[in-house]
Amino acid sequence: MSSPRYQTLTSSPAFLASLIIGFVVLGIAAIGAFNMEHEGHYITGMSNQVVWGMPHVLAIFLIVSASGALNIASIASVFNKDFYKPLARLSAVVAIALLVGGLAVILLDLGRPDRLLIAMTHYNFRSIFAWNIILYTGFIGLAGVYLWTMLDWQMEQFKRAAGIAAFSWRLILTAGTGSIFGVLVAREAYQIAIMGPMFIVLSLGYGQAFYMIVIGLFMDNKQLSEVSKRLSRLMGVMIMCGLAVSVIYHLSNWFLFDARQFELYLLNSETIFPILLWGIHPVIGCILPIWLLRSGSGLADSQKLTLSGILVIIGGISQFYALVIGGQSFPMPLVEGYSATSSFFDGAIVSYTPSLWELMLGSGGFAIALLLIVFCLRLFRLLPVSK
Amino acid sequence: MKYIDQYRRRFLGTASAAFTGLSIAPGILLQTVHAKAVDEAVTSQYRWGLLIDTNLCDPGCTDCVEACHQENGIREIHGPETDAQWIRKVTLKHKKTEHILNMPVMCQHCAEPPCVDVCPTGASFKRADGIVLVDKHICIGCRYCMMACPYKARSFIHEKLSDQLPHAPRGKGTVEACTLCVHRIDRGENTTACTQACPNGAMTFGDLKDPQSQISKKLAEHGGRELRAKLKLDTGVRYQGISS
Repeated sequence: MSSPRYQTLTSSPAFLASLIIGFVVLGIAAIGAFNMEHEGHYITGMSNQVVWGMPHVLAIFLIVSASGALNIASIASVFNKDFYKPLARLSAVVAIALLVGGLAVILLDLGRPDRLLIAMTHYNFRSIFAWNIILYTGFIGLAGVYLWTMLDWQMEQFKRAAGIAAFSWRLILTAGTGSIFGVLVAREAYQIAIMGPMFIVLSLGYGQAFYMIVIGLFMDNKQLSEVSKRLSRLMGVMIMCGLAVSVIYHLSNWFLFDARQFELYLLNSETIFPILLWGIHPVIGCILPIWLLRSGSGLADSQKLTLSGILVIIGGISQFYALVIGGQSFPMPLVEGYSATSSFFDGAIVSYTPSLWELMLGSGGFAIALLLIVFCLRLFRLLPVSK
Repeated sequence: MKYIDQYRRRFLGTASAAFTGLSIAPGILLQTVHAKAVDEAVTSQYRWGLLIDTNLCDPGCTDCVEACHQENGIREIHGPETDAQWIRKVTLKHKKTEHILNMPVMCQHCAEPPCVDVCPTGASFKRADGIVLVDKHICIGCRYCMMACPYKARSFIHEKLSDQLPHAPRGKGTVEACTLCVHRIDRGENTTACTQACPNGAMTFGDLKDPQSQISKKLAEHGGRELRAKLKLDTGVRYQGISS
């Protein structure tokens, strides 16, 4: 496959609908963010027990997905697979857009978002969080350079080097995001070393899910028919890898004595977590999309890819919700051999219900990503032209 | 003219004496007060800590909590889920013997504080004398320190506050915790509000590095247990009376 040709997005109904939906959701998110920051976090479902809520679930999911979305480009440039080369440009754009969306949500959920400059000028290099700030901004820069080498024929010679750099960086970035939880030795849910590698594997499926939705919406049917089968097969592998690493995570927790009670809480309690981890993630987020992609069930390629992508994302958000919220709502032990009670919910399972404001803010990340992708599709030649 | 000269000399003499007195007085007075000067650096010569004897802690008593709240201007606002609690009374029940203990829990002022390690901006910091604090000027309110604290000792300010006390600055969107009454320590007072309020003397405040201090003597005599000792954080707050 030599010298693929590309085109910009035309003013299709999908383009206009994306713009309208994107701006409406962005407006709603702005109202949510403003109200949360103006009133304070007491209007949210978050508390001194569950300190990271729905905005963090969605933001971390977007950030993890961002690194996975670059996977298609990496397969093309780093592993030199010709089939994926025409799809690579869009992959880099989706990666950058998802990361910007996720970071915007994290930023706007801060207690003091006005102190962004402080976050960028005061670094505690012992903090994995501080390293992640560098990793995220570095990823946007590297993926941007990589995109440039793909868009500008004069930069063609640097494409492979930029691709390798971006690929290496994304591996470190996702491991770093996982390590945000992995270093939390105080909490039983997060204290195992598998968090970093697990996030890398999960990112592959979730990132590709976003990519499939984008091409399902904006790529023409002829081009889609050329790529659909192979992308579907790749997606199936990624989903199964994600499911396998999730099972390993739960088994690791189970066989570590300290975390067995926590696993029972996640997988067998009267909370929402067993529903998410036994039902929504494996069934709706894994089995159903694989069945849909394989059988087709009479749907057009665009519908298959978009729908299965949405299902994978629903499953992924469920999994992250269980991990982030479940890990905080389970009580930490205070003294070994003793049960504890207090006015500060020691020893108690804490309930958390996301507020409307949090959902509004969190949805803004998706809106920002969608709008960035649509603008880039309109401005740059990212969509491959059918042979 | 003669009288004018005399008056002038007398006035200049009195004024010079007054000026000299005012210049020297602060130096003399500072030597008589043991407070640390505002610009004087904190040293690692001390390590401040607390020892809590759970045998002396009454079940229904919350005097330490109330004293802390009064000292630092903490009030109930939107309920226990979101209100700040720098110190709380915890009831422990032994899982086998069902023996019940009571104790106050606050920031444990770890020598290896996880909150300081994870803070992205360095707002969470440990002073040379072992007190773990939050710099409210550079706290961005990410709450990562709250995720990392093994003792749930930190609170996030969920709403606007007013009437804060000058020695305990607090603000919406930032994280806070027990300061070990750092304002008192810096004034040279060798106690905290909770220690002072405890009617049974269950709490002892002092310098863990001074073998002659009351806290060191009590620790040497009966020992003291760290909460979640497995994490090896070398806490500045120790407990007595908790059997294994």
